Amino acid sequence: MKGSVDTLLTLAVQFALMSLFAIGGANAALPEMHRLAVEVMGWMTDRQFTDMFALAQLTPGPNVIIVALIGYQAGGLAGGAVAMLGMCGPTCVVAYVMGRVWDRFKEARWRTAIQDGMVPVSLGLLAASAFVVAMIADTSAGTVVVTLVTVVVAYATKLNPLWFFGIAGVLGALGWL
Amino acid sequence: MSESTEIAAPPPGPTSAWALFRTFARISLYGFGGVLAWTYRILVEEKRWLSDVQFNELLALAQFLPGPNIVNFSVVFGSRLYGKAGAVAALGGLLGVPLLAVILMGLVYARFGELAALRGALAGISAAAAGMIIAVVAKLSKPLFVRPLGPGPLVAIVCFVAIGVLRWPLVWVLVVLAPLSVALAYWRRA
Repeated sequence: MKGSVDTLLTLAVQFALMSLFAIGGANAALPEMHRLAVEVMGWMTDRQFTDMFALAQLTPGPNVIIVALIGYQAGGLAGGAVAMLGMCGPTCVVAYVMGRVWDRFKEARWRTAIQDGMVPVSLGLLAASAFVVAMIADTSAGTVVVTLVTVVVAYATKLNPLWFFGIAGVLGALGWL
Repeated sequence: MSESTEIAAPPPGPTSAWALFRTFARISLYGFGGVLAWTYRILVEEKRWLSDVQFNELLALAQFLPGPNIVNFSVVFGSRLYGKAGAVAALGGLLGVPLLAVILMGLVYARFGELAALRGALAGISAAAAGMIIAVVAKLSKPLFVRPLGPGPLVAIVCFVAIGVLRWPLVWVLVVLAPLSVALAYWRRA
């Protein structure tokens, strides 16, 4: 199944479609990625999905690279490449075009309406991501505590995320979670 | 602290698309768990290629456009400086090294993914990363819920329930919800 043309086509089409509705960034699309990769296509288990998520966090760079990992898991190197192209290609074209014309409509009422209207939608998407990721990542009392402590400290301070990942990773590696 | 520099010449931008590529590659390497903070630090504070107002305007556009925010940001920023070459340079810099790194991660995972210590470490990191997203949501929702503007909070809650709890497909939820939310915002401005 790995690397089959069907898988590659599914990766390209599904990620391209998803990207056009991913308002609020790559993390906002996590529930849809999970739905696709685990529930619909069965490319991986819940546990493998959270592993991909953790690996993407551990890798420097934009969060969107989780898409390369999912594609890689589903269809090898070609799968990773195709999934990333699907996720970034169409939206880059949109961004390129919009970046050139957007400022011309600064005063237009529909422009502010689009901006205002999209804020709560993207927030709802991100909240859904937080919920979905927490549901599959928090499988023990220890991991629940890690999530809660991170919420409080990250909300109250500007501590570098690497501290959270480092401490939680060590606690996990020691088998304490 | 002087404010008289407003009329002075704009700060020098990158000297070439290659400089753009190198700078975005550097930004990507610093950014763990997202690169936005580093984009601000390097483009605004260090290089002074953008003022903070310009940065915020560009970010607002990048966030409202579909797709990964920072990818959109790099494409729009690069294209405004050097057209297509600029867009490709900024995007290539942003994604090039992280893609190689993540493939390496994938290889390590395929080889050692069942080791108990690695399994535990990844479980801990996922739990922390979930907490990071929740904290971001809490920060972002404050203005929306403290000073509710029209139907905003309701739209956010419906979106959350449909996607997060009911697990409905993203495309169908947004095809209905996005135009509705924009229309409501349009009328409210009337």
